[in-house]
Amino acid sequence: MESLETIKERIEAAVPGAILEIVENPGAAAEHSLVVDHGHALRVAEFLRDDESLKLDHCSNVTGVDWLDSVEKVREKVKKVVDGEEKEVVEVKTIETPGYLESVYHLFSMKLGHGPVVLRLRTGNRSGDVTLPSLTPVWRGAELQEREIFDLYGVVFEGHPDLRRILMWDEYEDHPMRKDYVEPDDYEYEPTPHDEVLKKAKAHFGEGGKE
Amino acid sequence: MDEGLRSELSKQGVFTTTIEDIYNWGRRNSVWPLQFGLACCAIEMIATTMARYDLARFGAEVFRPSPRQADLMIVAGTVTKKMAPQVVRLYNQMPEPKYVIAMGACAISGGPFKQGYNVLKGIDRFMPVDVHIPGCPPRPEALIHAFMTLQKKIDAQKLTGPDRARHLNADEPSEFPVPAFGAKDLEPPHNPALWQPPKVERAE
Repeated sequence: MESLETIKERIEAAVPGAILEIVENPGAAAEHSLVVDHGHALRVAEFLRDDESLKLDHCSNVTGVDWLDSVEKVREKVKKVVDGEEKEVVEVKTIETPGYLESVYHLFSMKLGHGPVVLRLRTGNRSGDVTLPSLTPVWRGAELQEREIFDLYGVVFEGHPDLRRILMWDEYEDHPMRKDYVEPDDYEYEPTPHDEVLKKAKAHFGEGGKE
Repeated sequence: MDEGLRSELSKQGVFTTTIEDIYNWGRRNSVWPLQFGLACCAIEMIATTMARYDLARFGAEVFRPSPRQADLMIVAGTVTKKMAPQVVRLYNQMPEPKYVIAMGACAISGGPFKQGYNVLKGIDRFMPVDVHIPGCPPRPEALIHAFMTLQKKIDAQKLTGPDRARHLNADEPSEFPVPAFGAKDLEPPHNPALWQPPKVERAE
């Protein structure tokens, strides 16, 4: 199969206006992924499915990822004027990256026997702007998996034929796979609690010491 | 009855027993389970009913598909919170006398998936359980042993008196409230009349 850079160039030629970005994967398998913008996602998907040399007709896995807002503190040496003298001072800069939700598609070709090509679709942020275009009209296998991402992460897929919760019940009001999910206080008995479970047990029974 | 007199009579071909014995003997030798496998333990339950570890020779002749015709519910597998109201509803639909075997770690206390967001930490939070089988999954021999334990328990049930069997006691409930789906968890998360988290004294 062609390299991801070649695929990206061919998509840009076939779907004009598509905004693509390659995300490097530092692991040994080197499965780099391709970020696609919302407006052109469907047409990019159709190109990947129908193009003669790619024929990626099998969407084997759709998964969700939750990227939290991250604040990174970077120490830098900066030349600054302090008390009239020019000194090298170590300054701490905070880099804030806003978080988003992502859905990742792993595409294979049954006909030509190659793959995977990994597609990523990113939402605007984690709170209000959580819609993504659904790729179910292109690959039918994405239907239930996009429902799972809707249930567990809260991503709303536009164009999905039947978007409702699949694992949790319909009246549930939370998204369990998000990184900031807090479990309900459903006390679990543990014979020898430690770490997290000990904290939960103490919180449940109050700081009385005795359970 | 005096054992000596009983053996003398039986030598002459007169067998004596009590109504309690005969009633319990009949009930324990034909406990029909409900087809209720949820997860991996169901495979072990199926294996127990197959040729090698045949459960039918203990009286579990057929696994009834309808709860109305079943005596025993073997909860085999992880009970998710989404499934929990249906489990309780099926239990309510079974006519008395009815028994529950909690098979496997998941049905007893949530098992290896205890910290899951959708796992009910033990079916005894909502239903009275008669026999618990530890194991993940328990071997078919363990299920047979549990079945025999249940049979011994049925044998020991009394028909009269304050501690008589639940189905003869009009004061004991035989149907339990079905939990409702709440916003974050089941409501109620457990049935307080049936299950309280065990209080443990710790040497802190």
